[in-house]
Amino acid sequence: MNKDDFEFISDRDISVDENFASQGYWKGVAVHFFRNKFAVTGLVLIVVIMLFAIFAPIVSTYSYDEIVSITDTSGKEVIAKSLSPQIGDGSAQNFFADRTFIFGTDDMGRDLWTRTWQGARVSLIIAFMAIFIDMLIGTSYGLISGFFGGVVDHILQRFIEIAGSVPTLVIISILAIFMEKGIGLVIVSLLITEWIGMSKIARAECLKLKEREYVLASRTLGAGSFHIIFKQILPNTIGPIITQVMFSIPVAIFTEAFLSFVGVGIVLPQCSIGSLIEAGFGNITILPYQILPPICVLAILMLGFNLIGDGFREALAPKLEDM
Amino acid sequence: MSKYIAKRILMSVLTLFIIIFVLFVLIRIMPGDPFPVERMSAEMIIQKREELGLNKPILEQFVNYMSMLLSGSFGNGTSLYNGAPIKPIMTACLINSFKIGVLSILFGTLVGLAIGIVAALNRGKFLDGLCTIVSILGVCIPSYVFMIFLQYFFAYKIPFFPYFFDPSNFMASSIMPALSLSLFAISTIARFTRNEMLEVINSDYVKLAEAKGLYGFELIRKHVLRNALIPIVTVIAPLVVSLLTGAMVIEKIYGINGVGKLMVDAIAGQGVDYNYVLALSIVFSAMYIGVMLVLDILYGIIDPRIRLTAKEG
Repeated sequence: MNKDDFEFISDRDISVDENFASQGYWKGVAVHFFRNKFAVTGLVLIVVIMLFAIFAPIVSTYSYDEIVSITDTSGKEVIAKSLSPQIGDGSAQNFFADRTFIFGTDDMGRDLWTRTWQGARVSLIIAFMAIFIDMLIGTSYGLISGFFGGVVDHILQRFIEIAGSVPTLVIISILAIFMEKGIGLVIVSLLITEWIGMSKIARAECLKLKEREYVLASRTLGAGSFHIIFKQILPNTIGPIITQVMFSIPVAIFTEAFLSFVGVGIVLPQCSIGSLIEAGFGNITILPYQILPPICVLAILMLGFNLIGDGFREALAPKLEDM
Repeated sequence: MSKYIAKRILMSVLTLFIIIFVLFVLIRIMPGDPFPVERMSAEMIIQKREELGLNKPILEQFVNYMSMLLSGSFGNGTSLYNGAPIKPIMTACLINSFKIGVLSILFGTLVGLAIGIVAALNRGKFLDGLCTIVSILGVCIPSYVFMIFLQYFFAYKIPFFPYFFDPSNFMASSIMPALSLSLFAISTIARFTRNEMLEVINSDYVKLAEAKGLYGFELIRKHVLRNALIPIVTVIAPLVVSLLTGAMVIEKIYGINGVGKLMVDAIAGQGVDYNYVLALSIVFSAMYIGVMLVLDILYGIIDPRIRLTAKEG
């Protein structure tokens, strides 16, 4: 057999399947996500609110805790208490023609536009921080519990069973006794209540994944348990965990709003969505415009994160009918 | 089956016991005095501590508390602030909360099921879209926001319902809080029912039933709904429990004298009332665990596979 027995085939006959080209996992997820109209709407809503929350308090003429004084028609300095929203120069009520309050002012004379976005900022920061730490705790707990199984799993799961049997309300009440009211209390109560769901998901994923060949291969090559858990299994559980995070964030925002509303959350003059709703609720019959901005922001945030979560869940596990 | 139930009951009682113990210890190791210090002299505080047995070892206090609890009273049974008895006040509040809770769960389950079924049967049509929008809004809008709007428009702008809760006019004044409390339940159950129904409708045995000639209402009732209901029971459990939290706000807005309001007053009032917080926490935890237990057993009865796997495990 010599060289002439072989014939060179040019690569013109080899074609790449362009219609059903293979694509990376995350690229596929992204494509599915952005094809979903609802999910994209949610994303846009959240981005817009976040941009306002970041920039509006910086750009605003007033600071969120500043009590604004205005000059009335007789030239006297008065506190801008409970002014309804003014668009433009407010010439219809020209006693404060030089000032603009887009959402009006509250009954202490603070600008509601600034306060609303400052509140959104505080609420978002609380939610992100709490859920991020929850994710770290819950994921590690779930992965360790699922991976080791046996006695470890048994003990860890009994603990979760008992911890999960304490109503959130009771946890918050006990915390309220131990801690000062304020941001800290809200974050800690979110930390204690939200990680359990996260750990259940991580555990379920881990139970599925630890039987896979690549784990066995890694083990054969001499990898230790923690290397396998955090370097091999963890990256493959990211999807479901992010979905859970997306659904936890609105829960966290709502919990914050709820705590501030009943009076154990944010303390004045600090503000959050919940405390603004609480303040607005006190004046709802006489000054209904005060409660509208925070309520709308809250509803949009909840809607947006839920839509993103839904979209993400579908993108991670597309059903046949959606393809 | 009885073994499964017995095991679950035992586990629940044990859990409750551990929770009560932890709560008790936490409240006792709290820094500071449980009394309104600014209104009492040092001798009075010492005397009060003696009287309440607060200077005994914690374990002994716990045993005393448990024995009093088992005989039906909460500790010495009075508020540390104004000496008001806990039990009658709490019972009255519990009854109010319970009535509204039951009403909203009934409301939520029935309306939620109805919406879910209608949506599933009209899949892809206008009604389905409408139901989807309703259920998305219900999940996203917090119940208390909805309540504020209801109150503003239907009690203030158009005085159709009373503005505040009034136990003597229960039916009219409980509709708004029950409706807003059930909003989340309605949307969750509707969404879940729709998905479950669709899954069952597309299953082989429903196709078989159709092939046998069953159709319409009979088919839905006997084959689809029955199988779709099983997982729905699981979503109702956390919903019942979330009512507790939701009720706290609704009670504040609507001026209902319920347990949620009592708890808020106990923790966010001028001072924390330890006796109240402990008593209410125990009641809440007991209710929560009780609901979980009942639903677990119910679930085991509906779906035999659950108790079989539980037996093995």
